[in-house]
Amino acid sequence: MGVSPLPAVRFDLISRYFGEVKAVDQLDLEILDGEFFTMLGPSGSGKTTCLRMIAGFDRPTSGRIWLYGKDVTDLPPYDREVNTVFQDYALFPHMTVGENIAYGLMIRKVPKAERLERLAEMLDLVRLPGMAERKPNQLSGGQRQRVALARALINHPRLLLLDEPLGALDLKLRQQMQLELKSIQQRVGITFIYVTHDQEEALTMSDRLAVFNHGKIEQLGTPAEIYEHPISPFVAGFVGTSNLVSGELATKLIGSAEMFSIRPEKIHIMPPGTEVKEGECAVDASVRDMVYLGLYTRYLMELEGGGDLVVVQQNLNTTSMDALSVRGHPVRLIWQRIHNRRVSGSS
Amino acid sequence: MQNNTPASTSGQSKPPSPGSRFSTYIYQRPSLFLLLLLGLPLLWMGVVYLGSLITLLVNSFYYLDDFSGLVVRQFTLATYLNLFTPANLDIVRRTAGMAFAVTIATAIVAFPLAYYTTRYASPRLKGFLYLAVLLPLWSSYLVRVYSWKLILAKEGIFSWLIAQLGLDGALNFMLRLPGIGGSSLSLSPIGIFLVFVYVWLPYMILPIMAALERVPKSVLEASGDLGAHPRQTFRHVTLPLAMPGVIAGSIFTFSLTLGDFIVPASLGNSSFFIGQAVLSHQGTSGNIPLAAAFTMIPIVIMIIYLLVARKLGAFDAL
Amino acid sequence: MPSKSTAQHNDRASLWLKLAAAGALLFLHIPVWIILLYAFTTDEATYSFPPPGLTTKWFGVAWARQDFWQAFSLSLRVALIATLLALILGTLAAAAVYRGRFFGRESISFLLILPLALPGIVTGIALRSALGLTNIPFSFWTIVIGHATFCVVVVYNNVLARFRRFGHSQIEASMDLGANGFQTFRHIVLPHLATALLAGGMLAFALSFDEVIVTTFTSGQQATLPIWIFSQLTRPRDRPVTNVVAVFVVLITFIPILLAHRMTQQSSAGTES
Repeated sequence: MGVSPLPAVRFDLISRYFGEVKAVDQLDLEILDGEFFTMLGPSGSGKTTCLRMIAGFDRPTSGRIWLYGKDVTDLPPYDREVNTVFQDYALFPHMTVGENIAYGLMIRKVPKAERLERLAEMLDLVRLPGMAERKPNQLSGGQRQRVALARALINHPRLLLLDEPLGALDLKLRQQMQLELKSIQQRVGITFIYVTHDQEEALTMSDRLAVFNHGKIEQLGTPAEIYEHPISPFVAGFVGTSNLVSGELATKLIGSAEMFSIRPEKIHIMPPGTEVKEGECAVDASVRDMVYLGLYTRYLMELEGGGDLVVVQQNLNTTSMDALSVRGHPVRLIWQRIHNRRVSGSS
Repeated sequence: MQNNTPASTSGQSKPPSPGSRFSTYIYQRPSLFLLLLLGLPLLWMGVVYLGSLITLLVNSFYYLDDFSGLVVRQFTLATYLNLFTPANLDIVRRTAGMAFAVTIATAIVAFPLAYYTTRYASPRLKGFLYLAVLLPLWSSYLVRVYSWKLILAKEGIFSWLIAQLGLDGALNFMLRLPGIGGSSLSLSPIGIFLVFVYVWLPYMILPIMAALERVPKSVLEASGDLGAHPRQTFRHVTLPLAMPGVIAGSIFTFSLTLGDFIVPASLGNSSFFIGQAVLSHQGTSGNIPLAAAFTMIPIVIMIIYLLVARKLGAFDAL
Repeated sequence: MPSKSTAQHNDRASLWLKLAAAGALLFLHIPVWIILLYAFTTDEATYSFPPPGLTTKWFGVAWARQDFWQAFSLSLRVALIATLLALILGTLAAAAVYRGRFFGRESISFLLILPLALPGIVTGIALRSALGLTNIPFSFWTIVIGHATFCVVVVYNNVLARFRRFGHSQIEASMDLGANGFQTFRHIVLPHLATALLAGGMLAFALSFDEVIVTTFTSGQQATLPIWIFSQLTRPRDRPVTNVVAVFVVLITFIPILLAHRMTQQSSAGTES
């Protein structure tokens, strides 16, 4: 199946108002065929509303939605070639796992032999072989999640929507499922549209992602682009931790009062008095606080002259005891100028 | 996996069935859907029920022409004035008095059972007792009334019991009392009183149980901790907190007694209660206006009662 | 200062309390058992106690009574049709209240419960006066309409409670997978509602079968079984038959309610995911 030249989804000035509240505000968006696209943002930013409008559960107040070149704005969910994996899985409790998964085929009156064949295929794909006769309430959270996925995929939709599907799982399982989902998407080759508020998840899985805020998309791009070049303070703060520097401190460090961001992992902790080379920024500080996080330690540095910066350093040679004993030590913070990212725009 | 093209399952090549098209039509018009759902029940309740209530009110302002025996549809207060004849006032007094007595009695009988169940019974016993109170409600109301005809009959089990206990004299004395006595227990106000208490008892027990359940044990313990004897705790803490339940139960017993005609008809003599008056007036004489006017009495009494009860805080706990 | 130990000491109920509670309980239950006893008495004319002898012949006599069967058949037909109407109206109303956002939503529950909350005589005479005003004659349908009106709310309460336990996302999931409104209702909603409909239906049936007050006003000359019993209350010769019929009515109204109760207990303790 080749990649379609038509975008999988096109939003044309889509708005969704709930009375006075603008859940989605005049959004334009294009999602490409075959990509893993994530909609990222805090609660209430409009990302879930957009997903529901693509699925057909919600109608836009104004604007049109196109799926693969077809205007689907007025179509109900059952007439769209889209399937959804719900946040609470929405498995039918009175049906077995097998009946749940094959539901879409049953509705479309696919003959029984073919249904059973495709059911077996799906159970293999999501790694739940032999579970067809179980009932949903006999499964664990992770297993239910996979049934929900199978139930959606069995219909071979061109587009799969996932609404924060991993939210209810514990961390280890979540990380494992993230990799599985990505691998399934690449194998099956269809477009995945993924909604989440977890920026780490978004960065891990996406080909491209859109950062939502107050019903608008603040920035759209690849994970690297968004992480390395955040457009606005909001994006800088939401995607990864970041230090935002402006005003007097900015003037001191880079010569102008413009706001810029610098990622905590880009700052090096050096002994006081270390030479500052060409192309580097430096500021003297003392360690105000630290948190030992196993893989790395996060330091809050109080700057001479006021202000603070968050610095993150991998614990290559540092033990927890070492880390915890540096409180109050004076240090010099040095980093490459090129890592400063100018942050413009409103948030 | 990628052999199956989406086209084979898109189903878009088949035209949607009429059911599907209709479903889509409704889906796109949520208000129409609501109208379809709500229309029929609302129409029914509005027209059949509310409409009837309105005709009841309207009818009470008409009057029955004695001469022709027909209902004259003209606004008048004559029918209401008719309620104030001594005979009719007697009926109202009798019914209200009975309702009052029944309410007090059911409250007294119900309270120990409700109190024991909520305060002292183990969870299993409590479940059993709760069911035991519900059970009579599930048996036929009419049959339960009928059972007392059997029990209170002159030669029946109650008389037998009285005779065994040697209380014949006391019973006869009671039956000779004016106003509440009668020819036999099964045909007297005392009998009516007993049956009313019997049939409405669960309606009093359940709200009291609910109110007592809401009293946290810690409150009673706190009272004891502050030095109150159990009796004082009961008087100052438990009883006031149970009152809303008693009042809620009294609403049932009062309203049900005011409107009932089955019990007085089965166990009474010729002195009417409001329910019987309503039934008789709308029956052979076709005097629906008077029947309607009579019905207004329990309604008005209950509205006043409900307002007073609300003032006293019976609904705060609900 | 009164010692605390005596205050806490009292976590056993006093004897008087236990007696009073037991007395109330017996008071509640014994009368119906008495009827059961009297269904077997050989005494034909009085309610004498102790019964002179026991026999089962009255069951046969009742069985042969034409008027009993007519009344029973009428009650049965009325109850079935009224229950059917109540199921339809109650489910529609519950669906509307559950899904819709409309003006006066909270009042619907109040409106539906009025027929049960107001004394039966009010509903009875109201319907009677409406019939009088519109000159509609008494018939099978006048009885049914009266019954359906107060039966709606029991179905409505049961179905609404079940709807509220329903995950709304299941309906969306079903539509997402290709099922239109009707298919979704058939495959997803209806199975979920099934036991609530059954329980509500049985309660409505029992309520209708036993009803006498409203029926008296809307039936004219016809006799449902409760009306038949009521009319028998003053007839000495028919007493034994009436006792048998009374036992019969108790069973017919008791059993559906018991089943409905079991069903609602089961599903609330149940296996919804």
